[in-house]
This record gives sequence, C-alpha cells and structure tokens, in this order.
Amino acid sequence: MTTEVTGAGSARSPHPGPSGQAPDQRSRGGRRGGAEQVRRTRELSTGFIVSRIAVLGVVAALLIYALPPLIQTEAWTALGVVGVVTALVAYLYLTPRHIPAKYLVPGTIFLFAFAIVPIVLTFVTAFTNFGDGHRGTKEEAVRAIETSSVTQVPGSPEYYLTIAERDGELVFLLVDPDTKAVQAGTADGLSPLTGAEVSLTGKVLSAAGYTVIPTAQAAERDAEIAAFSVPTPGGAVKATGLSRAFEGKADKSYDAACDCVTSPSGGRWVADEVEGYFVDAEGKHLDQGWKVDVGFANFTKALTDPTISGHFLNVLIWNFVFALSAVATTFALGMIVALALHSPRVRGTKFYRIILILPYAMPGFAMLLIWRDMFNTDFGLISKLFGVHDWLGTPTTARLGLIVINLWMGFPYMFLVITGALQAVPRELTDAARIDGASAWAGFRRVTLPLVLVALTPLLISSFGFNFNNFNNIKLVTNGGPYAIDNSTVGATDLLISYTYRVAGFDSGVADFGFAAAISVFIFAIVATVSTVAFWRSRAQEEVYS
Amino acid sequence: MRIRTAGVIAAAGLLMLGVAACGGSGEPAATPSKDKGNGKLVLWTDPTRAPVLKPFAEAFGKENGVTVEVKEISENQQQTFITASQQGSGPDIMVGAHDWIGNMVQNGAIDPVQLTAEQKAAFHPNAIKAVTFNGQIYGAPYAMENVALIRNTDLVPTAPATIEDLIKTGKDLKAAKKVQEILCVPFGAAGDVYHTYPLFSAAGGSLFGTTASGDPDPSKVTVNTPESIAALEKMKALGEKGEGAIKTSIGNENGIPSFVQKKCAFLISGPWSMNDVKKAGFGYDISAVPGFAAGGQAKPFLGVQAFYVASKGKSKVLAQEFVANYVTNKDVAMALYKADPRPAALTAAADAVKSLDPNAEKFVQAGANGIPMPAIPAMGAIWGPMANAEVAVVKGGDAKTAAEAATKAITAEINK
Repeated sequence: MTTEVTGAGSARSPHPGPSGQAPDQRSRGGRRGGAEQVRRTRELSTGFIVSRIAVLGVVAALLIYALPPLIQTEAWTALGVVGVVTALVAYLYLTPRHIPAKYLVPGTIFLFAFAIVPIVLTFVTAFTNFGDGHRGTKEEAVRAIETSSVTQVPGSPEYYLTIAERDGELVFLLVDPDTKAVQAGTADGLSPLTGAEVSLTGKVLSAAGYTVIPTAQAAERDAEIAAFSVPTPGGAVKATGLSRAFEGKADKSYDAACDCVTSPSGGRWVADEVEGYFVDAEGKHLDQGWKVDVGFANFTKALTDPTISGHFLNVLIWNFVFALSAVATTFALGMIVALALHSPRVRGTKFYRIILILPYAMPGFAMLLIWRDMFNTDFGLISKLFGVHDWLGTPTTARLGLIVINLWMGFPYMFLVITGALQAVPRELTDAARIDGASAWAGFRRVTLPLVLVALTPLLISSFGFNFNNFNNIKLVTNGGPYAIDNSTVGATDLLISYTYRVAGFDSGVADFGFAAAISVFIFAIVATVSTVAFWRSRAQEEVYS
Repeated sequence: MRIRTAGVIAAAGLLMLGVAACGGSGEPAATPSKDKGNGKLVLWTDPTRAPVLKPFAEAFGKENGVTVEVKEISENQQQTFITASQQGSGPDIMVGAHDWIGNMVQNGAIDPVQLTAEQKAAFHPNAIKAVTFNGQIYGAPYAMENVALIRNTDLVPTAPATIEDLIKTGKDLKAAKKVQEILCVPFGAAGDVYHTYPLFSAAGGSLFGTTASGDPDPSKVTVNTPESIAALEKMKALGEKGEGAIKTSIGNENGIPSFVQKKCAFLISGPWSMNDVKKAGFGYDISAVPGFAAGGQAKPFLGVQAFYVASKGKSKVLAQEFVANYVTNKDVAMALYKADPRPAALTAAADAVKSLDPNAEKFVQAGANGIPMPAIPAMGAIWGPMANAEVAVVKGGDAKTAAEAATKAITAEINK
C-alpha cells in the first residue's frame, strides 16, 4: 500500500534530506522504481525528519522516565507493556512500511490508555473491597499493625541519641537524661561506655573507638537509621528523630503459624480472608485491613441491600427525567435562538452571539454556586422575584430548579452546534418548501429540523450521556437534597452518580472504591445501552433523510 | 497503566522492616536497606499554611544539612495524601486536622510519634487528647480551633448567659429593626453539624457512647437516644417553624458576611472569621456559646492541627526529628503562632502571646468545655445523615423520625 501515497508535490520538496540517510532510504525503496525514489526524497524533508525525531524522542523519553520507578517497584507487567509499546512505535516510525498504522497507532494507544484501561480497571476494582482500610496488601497491613502498636517500655528512659559509627557499622550512643550514663547500642545489644565526652544538651561529642557522625551526614543515612534497632531484653531501642531514642516494644505481632495477630495481653485476631481483616473472637476487627477479592459481593449488595436497592428505581427514573429534559430543553432553546439569529433580517448577530456564549464561557463551578445562592429562601434573587419559597427545599421545585439551571448552562452549546448545522442546510430546500406553499412552521418541521437532527443526533446522544452523569450540577446546587425526613440516604434530586458518591462514602472521607466501581459498571451499562439504541435508530433515520 | 501498585508498597515497606524488628523477638534488625535516605524532607500542607511553614522548614533544613520542600495541596488533602502514600509518591510529613487520624491509621499511612512525658505535659491537655488514637499519639499538635459566640458589642454589650437570653435579645433587636436575624449560625440548606454542635450538645445530645478507655465507641451510636431526640426537639424549637434562630438560608457562604453587615448581632464561628470581623468596624467580643437555662453546658467540637510522620516517607528519621523534636519547641511554636495566629497548642506559646492577641485566648476559653472531634473513621458516617436529620427538624419535622432515619443510615455506613 505504500506506493499509493506519492504526493503530487513530492518533487518540489525544498529540503532534501541529509545525505547520510538518503542513500540508505533510497536503496530500500529503490527496488520499487523511479517514482518511489522521488517520493522518498519528499518524505525526507526537514519537517519529516524533525517530526519523526520528535515522536521517537518523546516516546523514548517516556520510556526512560517510566523505567526507574517501574523497576524499583518490580512492576514487571507494566514494564513489559511500556517496553513493547515503545518498541512497536519505534519500529513503526523507523521503517517506511505500514503507512496507515503510522496514523492509527497514536490514536489507538491513547484510546487504550485513556478509555479502555480505565474501564477495565473499574471492572477489576468492582470485584474487590478496595477502599479506605483495604488499600494495601496483607503484609502491609501486618506491618502497619505492628508499627502502630509500638509503645515505650514502661519505666525505660528516653535517651538522648548520638549517631556514631564503628568499623563501618552504625552505633547508637545513648545518654540517660537522669544519670548521664552513656551506653553504646549496636545490632547485638547495649553495652556501657566510659570516658565519653557529653555536652550539656546530652549529645556525645566524642567517644574512644567511635566516630560521631555529624547531623547532616546522619540525615543522609535516614533509611539505614530508620531500619536500625538495638535489641534489649524488654524490646528494642529505636531512634525518634536524630536526637532522641526510646526503648519500645510492639504490643501486637503477627504469627504466621496461626495466620493471626497476637498480643501479650492475650488478644488474638485471626485473619479473615473474606473480609480482609484480622478479627477477634467477638467479631471486632483491627483497624488496618487489606485488599481481597470479593467476587460479586459489591454487585449483589447494590441489587439486594434494601438501603440501596430500595431507592434505586426512584433515582433511576429521576435520572432519566433529568437527562432527557436537560437535552430536550437545551436543544429547544438553542434551536429557537439559533433560528432567530439565522434569519437574514436580524441585525447585530455578532453581538448577540457573544452575549449568548457567555454562560458557556463562565466556569461552571462558580456559576452553579451563584445559582444555588439565587435560590436561597431569604436572600436569593429568585425568592425576591417570585416570592419567598423554599425553592431547593421541596422536591418538585428543587428538580425544576436544577433543570432551569442546566438549561441556562447548557443551551449556548446547543445554540453553537445548531447554528453550525443550520449553515449546512441548503437554502434551496427551504426556499423550495416555501414556494410549494408550506408554512414557515411546516418548512421547519419537515425540512430543516430533520436535516439538523441527522447532523446532531450523535451530539444529542453524548449530551444525554453527559447529563445522565451530571455530578457537578447536583453536588453543588442541592447535594442530592431535599431529603425525606425518614430517609437520610437518598435525596429527591440525587442522580445515580451523586447517590453512588454518597453511598460509597466519598462524601464522608471514608471511600469504598470497590462498591463505587460496581455501581459505575451499572451506570456504564445503562448509558451504553441507551446510546447504542439511539445510535441504531439515528442510523435508520439517516437512511431516510440522506 | 501501572497495574501492580503492590510492588510500590513492597519497596516502600523495606524502610519499615526495622520497626517490625521491635517485636521483641530479640533478633538483630533486618539488613539495612541499601536505599540510602536522600537527605531531603518533603512536607505537604494546604495553601494557607504552606507559606507560613516554609521558613521553619527551611531553617530546619539548614540546621540539619538537608533540603526541605514544602508543597501545597489545594484540594482533598487527606485522600490525596493517602493515595500518594500508597503509591510511594507521598511526602515525609503531612500537616492536617486531627480527625483524619482514624482513617490515616486504618490505611497505614502515618506512624505514631513518641513524645516524652515532658513534651506531652507542655501541650494543652485537649490537644494531646485530640491526637491520641487507640492509646497512641499520632502527631505533634500545633494549633487548636473551636467555635465560639461572637457578638456585636455595639448592639449587645454583655454576653448572654443562656441561649434563651440570646434568643430574647436577638428578637428584641429584630423587633426594633436593628438587625434582620436573631442569630447567624452557618447551617445552610444541607445542614451543618459542626457549627450547631454546641447547641445540640448543650441540649444534651451526643453522637457516640464511649469505650472503657474513654474514646468514642463506633458500636454505640447515640443519635436516637431519648437525650439526643430531646436535643433535636430543642433545635426544632429554635428552627424555622419556631424561633427562627437556625435557618437553612444562612450557611457558610453568607453566615460571616451577614454578621459583618450587621444583619445579626450574634455569630457562631471560629478563629477563621476574625479577619472579616475585625474589618467590620464595630465593637465585638468573643465568649463561649451559652447553654440552655435548664440544661448542660455547650460543648463545641475541638479541632487540632497537627504534624504527622508518613509511614511511607523516604526520610522517616528526619521527619520524626522535625515532628517530635522541632515543632514541639516553644520558640518554633511562638514563631508559628505569629505567622498564623490560631490558638497555639503548646501552653507556653499560648501564654506568651496572650497579651498580643486576646482573641486567641478567648477562643481557648470558649473551648474549655469542648470535646475533641472524634477521630475514629466512623465519624465520617455521621456528617451526612446527622446533617439531614437536623435540616428536617429545623424545617419543622418530627425529631424522633429524623433521629431514627439518621441512626439507620449511620449504622448501615459503619457496618458496610
């Protein structure tokens, strides 16, 4: 297929490639004849070389950037993927073959990276209990439990610490604040030290046989010092920073034999691989848990837990009402305004267009908060204009309010795209309809609207998808409310997405990503189904009108 | 594209092996990690504190011959920190509110900080209580905050002794057209458990029972006890169908401005409102939120800002040095106070600046009865349902129904 891409302007290329590379390229293309050679010279223009160096440079840079962390974390799968993708890109752009792939591969990579992978990861997460308290591995939970349970050995002194070295080994020089007695702590234990010179602040200035490490150098050996501990009969001496040390003891320790965490005071927490927690006999668990696969539990919970499924249908209905009215109202208003400004008799269209784009150009967050305040019962503009009413406090007015706000925020977009689509409707068609005696309305309904719809259906479908998940509007204006007095879980204006956000605990700062992912999968399924059906129908419509 | 975050954790975990060796097994510490510390300390905080902390962090860096980086995290600090920690890209020190502790601990994101008895004694007891979780101290507190009653002394020269007094004064002023509202307490359409907690607690309400050790007990939610229901009844009486002192139309966005514009004579707010109040140009005073005539005292929530040592930081010893031995120093605490005037958690610093800023001391006094905001993860389950219940009663709904709905939602969330 490469032979077909010979450009008309190829011979006119102003910048033949550097001589060092050209013969090589020519020799490869040479067997394809003279025309091929001409094309090669064109491809080796400066722009060609520079763009290719740029692409390969960026890809190589990304690889080099990704390598150290991936190796460090032993993420071999990810490393393999990055390596293969880099090799593939390098191969594609270094050979003259596979021209279509050169255009398709970047888009495909982005599609994978930003669309497919997140969807797959969401699906994978939906089958786990990943969330606060269950973020890491079991080993990590064990380590956190042990670390958190370290307390000072009762009655032990809080030592002044000086970090020193002997024969290349780290040594803690410990000064008892009361007795000023000095001890040397090594990995083997404590031993008394005499003849050390101690400053007023408890720092050891010098000691025979030991080299005191200056603070700055000690700071650089942070990891080593953090890992160092001096065993004692009661526990171990650890550093608290660079100037103090304490004798600590872990109250809880993991016992691999029983797969449980035990404490000397008799506590015993057995690993529960279903819940991802260490649980004691009474069923109470330790704070730190780990991530486990939970199968379909998240999906089952969404469907069967009465506190969740009981409201699912109501939320779903309002969600459809909101998304459909959001699309319908913005489309209708956008269409009216676009038609009005499309008329050749209107003057100053540029001015009107600028004014109309303003809501679209404003930052949505700020506008939503302003709208919320305009609905304020006592101080809001809307209460002042239409009478005091708890606008966002009763279900019907709150829902209407949201649709109005969405209309204001969304119609400029529709106006823009419809204006574009109207330009594409041939004037002969509307004129012909007029001559045939159709009224303006009939002409619009039977000629203009269908033609505009053919062009805009995909946009309307995506607008539906967007509004189906219009989290910002709900979150910032009503936060799902008003809530019925006997129901604190779901509000009258909750969309599935805002409801999910709350039920999965993101509102409260204790997030359950696994469950959120499961509901996201449901939302994905609903939006995908609706969009597919709509696209299907719009294709049939296109066949009728085009 | 990184599919295995587990690997990140494993590597970061190497740094912690030594601590596990504390387990009393008597074994020497695991082989020291080859991964040398990078001689760099990274501190994360919110945008307001970042410029304040920078000079201190730099001074510390100079003293110890290391570089210090102070990074602003503008949104969602707690979740950002936990997620970054998990991936091995978190800081060494985190600065934040004490009520994050429970969640950070259950995610293994922070380490306990060993303070000496002497260091502990130097702090306000409430500050130490706030950062203690499961018997361990998890951070060095440096500032405390709580809400108090701020009043316009041009309109109300003496502080009301009871809530009834406050309501009466407010109503009289309203009748005399001197103000438009009886009380400005941020509540809003979504409710506000934090700002109204003094009123709820003064009427006898509570959120959790306590464990044997005196910590809040998540298995005992007390939102629908008779006492709490009675407290919600009192909030109802103060609400829109009653006195009109608590209103959904006054929220965080317009509470302080309304007070500053003299729309109300009383404001319930914290030290963060002082900049606006000072500019208002009228006399003001700060006192404790009063209790009801026949009832207990108001107990505002105490919040403490603290420095935490990240479990997965790369310079943990340095971080411990900074948190346990540097910011607990009186001179540092004083300087911190001067840069960011919130009541200092270190008693000596608080005493030293008392004469400079009487307001800070008044806020501390107003919080004398306060209770540290529960730091248990279950506290997260309280906010939403409790706020909904309060909105329902403030709008005139039945207190019992609201309390029971809230309890149901809270227990479902805790046991999920």
